[in-house]
Amino acid sequence: MQTQQGARAEGEAVLPRADATRLRRIEATSAWVPLDFAELWEYRELLYFLVWRDIKVRYKQTVLGAAWAIIQPLLTMVVFSLFFGRLARIPSDGVPYPIFSYAALVPWAFFANGLNQASNSLVGSPGLIKKVYFPRILIPVASVLGGLVDFALAFGILLGMMAYFGIVPTAKILWLPPLLVLALVTSLGVGLWLSALNVQFRDVRYAVPFLTQLWLLVTPIAYPSSLLPKALRNLYGVNPLAGVVEGFRWALLGTKTAPGPMVAVSAMVAVVLFASGVVYFRHVARTAADVV
Amino acid sequence: MSEFAIRLEDLGKRYRIGEHRVRYRTLRDTLQDAFLSPFARKGPSLRGHAGAGAFGETIWALKDVCFQVGHGEVVGIIGRNGAGKSTLLKVLSRITEPTSGFAEVRGRVGSLLEVGTGFHAELTGRENIFLNGAILGMKRREISRKFDEIVAFAEVERFIDTPVKHYSTGMYLRLAFAVAAHLESEILIVDEVLAVGDAGFQKKCLNKMEDVGGRGRTIIFVSHNMPAITRLCERAILLDEGRVVSDGPSHQVVSTYLNSGQGTMTRREWPDQTKPPDRNVARLRAVRVVADGDLSTNSVDIRRPVKIEMEYEVFKSGYVLMPYFHFNNEEGIRAFSTHDVDPDWQGRPRPAGRYVSEFPGRRHDVRGGRSANHLAEHQRVP
Repeated sequence: MQTQQGARAEGEAVLPRADATRLRRIEATSAWVPLDFAELWEYRELLYFLVWRDIKVRYKQTVLGAAWAIIQPLLTMVVFSLFFGRLARIPSDGVPYPIFSYAALVPWAFFANGLNQASNSLVGSPGLIKKVYFPRILIPVASVLGGLVDFALAFGILLGMMAYFGIVPTAKILWLPPLLVLALVTSLGVGLWLSALNVQFRDVRYAVPFLTQLWLLVTPIAYPSSLLPKALRNLYGVNPLAGVVEGFRWALLGTKTAPGPMVAVSAMVAVVLFASGVVYFRHVARTAADVV
Repeated sequence: MSEFAIRLEDLGKRYRIGEHRVRYRTLRDTLQDAFLSPFARKGPSLRGHAGAGAFGETIWALKDVCFQVGHGEVVGIIGRNGAGKSTLLKVLSRITEPTSGFAEVRGRVGSLLEVGTGFHAELTGRENIFLNGAILGMKRREISRKFDEIVAFAEVERFIDTPVKHYSTGMYLRLAFAVAAHLESEILIVDEVLAVGDAGFQKKCLNKMEDVGGRGRTIIFVSHNMPAITRLCERAILLDEGRVVSDGPSHQVVSTYLNSGQGTMTRREWPDQTKPPDRNVARLRAVRVVADGDLSTNSVDIRRPVKIEMEYEVFKSGYVLMPYFHFNNEEGIRAFSTHDVDPDWQGRPRPAGRYVSEFPGRRHDVRGGRSANHLAEHQRVP
C-alpha cells in the first residue's frame, strides 16, 4: 500500500522512490547482464561528487593548478611548431601551423589524460571498492569526465588563437559537441578496458604511457591526414582520434578535407570499443573487491 | 511484520587462497600458465571445505549460510577472526558477489564497513561530509538537511572549513562516524565501526546506534565487543569457519561463544600451516596465557603472576627477528607493546626452527579490563 504521497513532511527520511519495497536478489551474476541504467541514474549524484572531488583535489594539490590544463597542449604546440612546422616544413592544410597543431592537441589532451586517469582509477581507489557498493563503472567514468574542465580551459585558449589568426568560426562549429562526445566515448572505451585490465595485470601501469605515446604518433596531430592517398584516408578513421582531430580542424579552422566518412568509421570503432569495454569492465568489477 | 528484510539461502563465498595472497597477477604469470599447463583450467573444485582447485587452494569463507532477518530486527554477528563475518557483510553490501546460493534484501541498504570511506585529506570537513555522504548513498538534499546535525554530533563546528588533513585523529573519526550515523536506510550493515575514538565518543556512538535501532530499522551489526552486542541486539548469530553455529537470543549466543573458548582466547593455536597470520620468514604457531604454570585456565587470578607465551616457527634462516607482543584492550585500542629482549638473539640472525617468547606480565599490566586479545610477531630484515 505504498502510494506516492506527494509532499511528505520535512524531517522524515526521503527514501528513493522505487527502493522502498524493492526486493533485491544478491547472487553470482554473469558479465552479460545489460547495464542497469535505472541504477546508474540513482547514483547520478555520486558521479557528480566523484567528478567534483577529482577536479578539486587535482587543483588543490598542484601549485600551478588549472594552468596545467593549458601548459600541456600549449608547450607541445610550441615544440611541434618549431620542429615540425618550421624545420621539417610539414604541410598544414593551408592554416598557420601553430593553430593547426593546437586545434588537434586540445581534443588529444582530453583523450589522453582521460585515458590515463581512467586506467589507474580502479586500482587507485581500493578504499572505495572494498568498503562500499556503488556501480563500479562510475569510477573510470568520473575520472574521464573530470577532464572536461581542462578541456574547457584549453579550448578557451584555442578560441583566443583563432581570434589572433583572424579565423572566423562558421556554422560548422555546431559539429564540435558531437566530435567531443566521440573523443569522450573513445577515451571511456579504452579507459574501461585498461582500468579493468589493470586490476588483473599490473603491467598496464607501465604500458599506458607507451601506448599514449604511440597513439599520439599515429594520430594526425603534427601532420595532416591529407598526406595520405584519398582511398586510405577513410580507413585512417579506424583510429577514432584521427576522426576527432580532423573533425575539430574542419569544424573550427575550415580545413578543406571534409572528414565525413572518416568520422563515421571512427564513430563505429569508438562504439565497439566502448561496448566491449563495458562488458569486460563489468566482468572484472564483480570480483575487483577481492583482488584490488 | 512477518515480511523478511534479509533472507539468505545456502549462501557461499569461495576465495582462491593463492590469488588472494598474491593479490594480483602479472601478465607474465598468465602467459606462463597458459604455456606450461594449457589444459589445467578444469572446472573449479566444489567439493570439500577447502580443496585444491586449478588455481591452487581454495577456501570457503562462507558456506551454506541460511537465516532470515525480519523488519526492524537488530542482529549481532559474532565469531572469531576469520569466521566469515566480514565476508558476510561484504556480500550483503554487494561489495563482492557470492559464489553459491543467494541473499534477498528488501529495502535500501546502507553499509558502514569502515568510517570515512572516501574521505580525502585535502578536502575540508564540509566537502568531505558531502562526498562521504554521497558515497554512502545519501542524496544531496538529504545531506544538506542533516548537515548541521552532523557537524554538531562530530563537535567540529570551528574547523568545518579546514582541510581534514589538519584534523586530529579524534576529530577525523568523529566526523567520519557522524556522517555514517546519519545515514537513513531501511537496512543498516555495520562492521565494528564503534571501535574508534575515545571512550566518551564510543559511548556516544553506541547511544546513537541504539537510537537508530529503536526507530524500527533493520540492523546487522558485527562486533567483538560482547557487551555492545548484548546491549544493542536482541538476537545474535555465531559464525565459525564460514558456517552458522548458533542463532538465537543474543545473551545465549554470546555465552555459547565465550564458553567455547573461542571468545576468551586464553590460548590459541594454529597447527595448520595455512591458517596463522601469513608471513614467509616466520609464522605464529600458538599464543597462550599461562598462570601459575597452568595452561588450561579460562580465567586468570590477577593477584598471581601471569605469563604470556607465543610460539613461532622460523622458516628462513638468516633474519634478525624482533618478536613483538601488542596488547589491545576490548575496544581494539592498543594498550601497550613490548618485544623480546633475549640477549642471545639481540641483533643476531636466527636459524630456522621453533621458538618461544614469553612475556612475564605484572599485575598492573593486565588489570582493569584490559585483555591481551591480540598478539603479533614482527620481523626485521637485516
